[in-house]
Amino acid sequence: MSKYVIVGASAAGIGAVEAIREVDPMGAITVISEEPCPHYSRPMISDLVSGKASFEKMKCREDKFWEKNDVQALTGRTAVSLNLSDKFVVLEGGDHINFEKLLIATGGKPFVPKIEGADKEGVFTFTTLSDAQRLAARLEKAQKVVVIGAGLIGISVTEALVKRGLTVTLVELQDKILSLLLDPKGSDIVENVIRKAGVTVVTGQSVQRITGKPENDGAVGGVVLTKGEQKPCDVVIIAIGVVPRTELVAGTEVKLNRGIVVDNFMRTNIPDVYASGDVAEAYDFTLNQNRLLPLWPLAVLEGRVAGYNMAGKKTDYAGGTNMSALKYFGIPIISIGIANSKEESAYEILTKHDPQKNLYKKLVLKDNVIVGITMVNGIERTGILFHLMKNRVNVKKFKQALLSDDFSLATLPSSVRKKVYRGD
Amino acid sequence: MKRIIAKEEYCMGCGLCEVYCTVQHSKSKDIIKAYNRENPKPLSRVRLELNKPVSFAIQCRHCKDAPCVTACLSGAMRKDEATGLVTHDADKCMGCWTCIMVCPYGAIKMDVNGKVVAKCDLCSELDVPACVANCPNRALEVKEVKP
Repeated sequence: MSKYVIVGASAAGIGAVEAIREVDPMGAITVISEEPCPHYSRPMISDLVSGKASFEKMKCREDKFWEKNDVQALTGRTAVSLNLSDKFVVLEGGDHINFEKLLIATGGKPFVPKIEGADKEGVFTFTTLSDAQRLAARLEKAQKVVVIGAGLIGISVTEALVKRGLTVTLVELQDKILSLLLDPKGSDIVENVIRKAGVTVVTGQSVQRITGKPENDGAVGGVVLTKGEQKPCDVVIIAIGVVPRTELVAGTEVKLNRGIVVDNFMRTNIPDVYASGDVAEAYDFTLNQNRLLPLWPLAVLEGRVAGYNMAGKKTDYAGGTNMSALKYFGIPIISIGIANSKEESAYEILTKHDPQKNLYKKLVLKDNVIVGITMVNGIERTGILFHLMKNRVNVKKFKQALLSDDFSLATLPSSVRKKVYRGD
Repeated sequence: MKRIIAKEEYCMGCGLCEVYCTVQHSKSKDIIKAYNRENPKPLSRVRLELNKPVSFAIQCRHCKDAPCVTACLSGAMRKDEATGLVTHDADKCMGCWTCIMVCPYGAIKMDVNGKVVAKCDLCSELDVPACVANCPNRALEVKEVKP
């Protein structure tokens, strides 16, 4: 019998362990993870493929993280079902793990659309360490790669492939790359940089079919795009997005929308059962609704909130929003909240564009409150703007200064500054 | 733990805080070598923020619930439970800029080589941080606060 059982030991699971231990140093914690060493940084798997990071560097917590936090870590084990009335988790192999409080932090899995030939050897998804390791091994004898999906994951793996000297075609169904993070102008800047790095970017098309090699139909030999064009390649990487891993709660009473529905304490509709991270639909303060936001920092935060509440320290989740920082292709980008609205007329938009410097800054305001921040280059001090956004500070009197080159805390009116920077 | 407090009413905007911080975080700890010879150039972790007549120095506040620590993708940014310091391990840093996105003070900088971030370490090897010790108008002050 464990007081706390956590299924999943990536960002949300780690966050929960740390929060529980802040409140309850003694209560028994059991963590169940499919991965042998789960406490590594998933966002770093592209650095592993590029050769920039070793696995050692990717570990986001110390080696003795489980021991230090007195956690029974059942690594390499899979939770297959839940019994909510008798309060236990069933593991593959039949073991039962009883719980008082349960956190479901099973995360997400890559979304793989039905593409003919997707079962061929040489087709990869790209979210876990083992994906990265298998891909890296395959790349040893590859020359051309097609990446499907030009979102965060697609761009990250594309950069890694370019660094390894591979020829990459990036295929994006939308008209623009990174369309969840950038508006067309921002997207064009980044696309140009990526093209200059030697990548072929195809937008407004998808991969219709993955074809085999002439000598071996079971191995990837190329793709056929929507308009019929053929692209020979040795490897295809599907990076379209992730969907929540909700199999564990299928058939239970746990309320499910696209992800597991939680309240602001990360509680599901079932007493003593919590959910956090990519599997959960948590609060988005920009849209003022709960939704899937599969992002590492939010998963940690949500896991922490769950952990505190499970251990009895009532803690409210302030919410997250669609927010990402990107480092790829030497062009730093930060995008927070509303970046690429189809209804821009509903907002006040402030922009600054310097084509020479590849600099693009954009603020989206609603009733003089920041609801969207985009920075392409010039990202320093963006956190100040994020702070104003999160706290819904009225920026009417100083909004023109927010995008200036020398923007800093000193730019803010004294009354606002003193709220951010209290002298204590 | 220590916290540096900026008193903007006393700050003259001279920028000596940045100079002494740069030297303190250089290899040579020598002002001439630090500014003219070292490669990569050492970076000041304190920023003199200027919007005349307003000026003050800002550096990492070593927040209690530090958003950069929670947000850090690689585990480079940590809260030292014993000292209360927010520490940054440049060897672990992947340069993802997520901490820059969430720091409400804009106190985290991109390092000169553009590969990692850098921030104030409160000059842990000194009794008084270099920026505070060398502020000519005592516009920076160290206060003892609860970690």
